[in-house]
Amino acid sequence: MSDNEKSQIEKRGSTRRTFLKNSGLAVGGLILGGAVGSIFDGNSDSDVKTEQKNQTQGNNPNEALMFFYPEEYQTTAAAAERIFPKDETGPGALELNAAIYIDHQLNSGWGVNEKDYKLGPYYKPEPTQGEQVKLYRKDLFRLGLKELNAYSNKNYQKKFTDLDATGQDEVLAAFEKGEASSLSGVSSSAFFQLLRTLTIEGVYADPLYGGNKEMLGWQMRKYPGSRMGYTKEIQSKDFVKLDPNSLQSHMKH
Amino acid sequence: MAKKLSKVPVVIVGMGWAGGIIASELTKAGIKVVGLERGKERDMSDYSMVHDELRFQHREELMQDLSKETITHRNNLKMRALPMRSYGTFIVGEGLGGAGSHWNGQTYRFLPYDFEIRSLTEKRYGKNKIKSDYPIQDWGITYDDMEPYYDTFEKMAGISGETVELYGKRSNPYPTGPMIKTPVLAEFEQAAKKLGYKPYMIPSANLSENYKNPDGISRSACQYCAYCENFGCEYGAKADPVVTVIPVAKETGNLDLRTYSNVTRIVNDGRKATGVIYVDTFTGEEFEQPAEVVVLASYVFNNVRLLLNSKLGTPYDPKTKNGVIGKNYCYQVSSGYSSLYYNDREFNIYGGAGALGIEIPDFAGDNFDHSDVNFLHGAGIRTTQYGNRPIANNNSPIGTPSWGAEFKKQSIKYANSILQVKSQGASMPHTQNYLDLDPTYKDVYGMPLMRMTYDYTAQDRELVKYMAKVTRSIAKKMGPDHIDTVAEQGDFNVNTDTNTHNTGGVIMGTDPNDSAVNTYLQMWDAENVFVAGSSAFPHNSSFNPTGTLGAFSYRAAEGIVKYLKKGGSLV
Repeated sequence: MSDNEKSQIEKRGSTRRTFLKNSGLAVGGLILGGAVGSIFDGNSDSDVKTEQKNQTQGNNPNEALMFFYPEEYQTTAAAAERIFPKDETGPGALELNAAIYIDHQLNSGWGVNEKDYKLGPYYKPEPTQGEQVKLYRKDLFRLGLKELNAYSNKNYQKKFTDLDATGQDEVLAAFEKGEASSLSGVSSSAFFQLLRTLTIEGVYADPLYGGNKEMLGWQMRKYPGSRMGYTKEIQSKDFVKLDPNSLQSHMKH
Repeated sequence: MAKKLSKVPVVIVGMGWAGGIIASELTKAGIKVVGLERGKERDMSDYSMVHDELRFQHREELMQDLSKETITHRNNLKMRALPMRSYGTFIVGEGLGGAGSHWNGQTYRFLPYDFEIRSLTEKRYGKNKIKSDYPIQDWGITYDDMEPYYDTFEKMAGISGETVELYGKRSNPYPTGPMIKTPVLAEFEQAAKKLGYKPYMIPSANLSENYKNPDGISRSACQYCAYCENFGCEYGAKADPVVTVIPVAKETGNLDLRTYSNVTRIVNDGRKATGVIYVDTFTGEEFEQPAEVVVLASYVFNNVRLLLNSKLGTPYDPKTKNGVIGKNYCYQVSSGYSSLYYNDREFNIYGGAGALGIEIPDFAGDNFDHSDVNFLHGAGIRTTQYGNRPIANNNSPIGTPSWGAEFKKQSIKYANSILQVKSQGASMPHTQNYLDLDPTYKDVYGMPLMRMTYDYTAQDRELVKYMAKVTRSIAKKMGPDHIDTVAEQGDFNVNTDTNTHNTGGVIMGTDPNDSAVNTYLQMWDAENVFVAGSSAFPHNSSFNPTGTLGAFSYRAAEGIVKYLKKGGSLV
C-alpha cells in the first residue's frame, strides 16, 4: 500500500466517525449490545480536526445515503450487525459499512429486479420452484424494516434499534421463520434472506460498492482480494498471508 | 413485417463454443457465414475488471437477462410450472462466447461406455438391467469414431492433462501437461492411492503452459487467479471462443457477426428451413435472414425452444412416449459429498483455477461392477481448488447457524481450513423428464417460454447415496478434524441446485423414431437444419459436457461442408 493510499484510508476512518456523530445516527441497541465499539471511541480532538478537513475536502463521498431515510439506515445498520457482529475476530457489519452497501444496492438496477423475469401470472410456488415475489427488492426491504419496528413494538414495546442484542436476535429469528406479519403478501423470511444475503455481500464485496470498509472484511479471513495470480502461493505447503488488494489496483493495468 | 435480407450459405444461431467452432471451420473452408448472437460482443480486454465477485458471480454479468427470457419448471406432470424468476441454479451465458466465456474449463471426453451404453449394459448385466421407464439409448456412434474430433478440439483449446488408463484410448497425449498439483490436491491423491484408486489431474482448458494452437493462436499460461467460473479470463489462459475460434473465423473475412440479434423463429415448411427471423434487441426491428443451412448453436434450452416455437420436428409426449423434440432432458447429480474441516491447518485456497482439481476414474461409467447396485453409470470423485471467493464460501460444520455470532466465528475460522471431496454423477433419461413449451408464460417477444418437467429419479438417488460413501472414505483418509457428509438427494429445486450441465432435448441417434438428429447433428425432419450443442446428448455422463460438445461441433462442421456440396442426408 502506498503512503498516499494509507492516508486516504485514515481520513476515511475519521470521516465516518464524524458522519455518525453529526447526523445523529448513533444506534442505541448497538451500544447496549456492546457491538459498536471503536466507532464511538475516537478522541474528540481528532474529531474536531477531521470535521474541519471534511468540510473542505469531502472525503469518501460514498458514505452517504442514496436510498434509505436516516431511520431506515439506522435500523438496517443494527440488523446487519446482528447478522455479522463485531467480535474478537474483528469488526462487524456496522463498522464494515454493510448498511451503506445495502443502501447503494437497493438503489441500483438490482433493487428493482432489472434482470429478473417479472411477467405474470404470479402463483404460490411449491418449495422446489423458487420465489415468486412480485415486489421489487427495494420495496420488500423497506417494508421489512418497517415491520422490524412494528414487530418489536408489539412484542417488546420498543423499536428495533432500542432493543438489546438478545432482543434483536429474537426478532430476527422470528423473521427468519416467517413468524412476523406478511409484507404485502410476502413472508418475512424472504425479507430476512434478503437482509442476510446483502449483509454478507456488504462485508465481503469489493470496497468499490461501499461496504467491506478498508478491506477489513477480507483481512479478517485472510483473503487477498483481487490479485493478478497465485501461481507461487498455491504451491506452498505453508499458508501465505497476503495483504488484500481491491479492484482499484487493476485500474493501473 | 420482417425486413428480408439477402440469402447466405449458412446462418448460425448463437456464438458460443458450438457456434464459434462451426463458424471457424466453415469460414476457413471459404464458406460465408452469418453469426447471430443475442448478447454483446466481447474481447479479452473486456475482462480486465473481472476480479469482481459481486458483479460477475452474484449479479451474473455474463449471464442471460432473465427479464427477457427464462424457463419454467415443475417437478412432475401434476404440478403447475412456474418461471425461474432469478438465478439460483443454471447460469446460462449470453454474449459472444456464450457459456464458453464463463465456464470453469474442465474438459473431459465421455467414455466408450457412454456412446454404447445400452448395448454394453445389456451385454454385461442382461436385458433386464435397464428398466422400461429409462429410455437409455446408444448414441449411434462409437468412442473410436469420435476420438479424432476430441483430439482436434483439445488441440484447438490446448487442453492440459494426463492420460488416464481407465478411460478411452487416446491417439495423442494432451497438448499441454497437467496443471500444478498443489498441496491440497496432493492430500486427496495420497488418500485415494491408499485406498487403491488411481487419481489423475482433471483435464483443463486453463493452460498449464504457454501454447500456440494449430490455428496459430497463442495464449499464455494460467496464473491461478481464482476467477474462472462466472468470469472471463483476463489472460486468455482459459480457452474461450472469444480468444480461440472466433478470432480465427473473423480473420478469414467470411464471418458476418451480428450481436444484439435475438433469433425468435426458424422459417420452415416442416421439411426444410429457408432461414431465421431475428429481432434487433435495441430497436425491436425484425429481420429475416434466408440461408441454405440453418445451424442452431444456442444453449440446450433455447435450441429446444426454437424448434418447438418454429413447429419443426415432432414434440415429445410423455404419455404416449412418441415424438422426439424435448425428449431425454438430463442434468447431473452432485449432492453426494463430504466437507473436511481442519482445526490447525490452513491452505492457500484463496488461489486456484476453475479446472484445478484431481479425480479418480474408478467409479465412472462401468469401471466398477453394477451387478448389486440399483443404478447405472457412476461419478467422478474429486477435490477441486477453484479459489474460495468470500461471498460464496462461508462454510461451517452442519448445525452452525446461518447468521449471527456463531456463524461469523465458524465461517471465518474455517475460511482457509475447509476442503471437500465431491462427486459429480451421471444423469440417465427418464420418460417423465422432458422439455416442452409453457402454456402460460412468454418471453418479451411474445414467444412461449420453455417448460422443464424434471425431478431426480430413483437411479439418481441410489447413485448419490453410493458415491457419498466413497467421498467419506477418502475424506477419512485425509485426516481432518471433522467431516460432514451429505448423502441424500432431495427433490430437484430450481432455486438451489447448482450445476449448469444440462443436456438432451434434441438427441442424436440412428432412428428418426427415437432421435431428432443424426450423428452429424443434422435433423432427420429437415436436412438443412443442424442442431449443435449438448442438446444432442442422449444422456448425460458424469463429466463436464464441453469437451464432448466441442468434439461434436467439429463433426457437425464437417457434415455441413459435405451437405453444402452434395445435399441430402449425411447418413
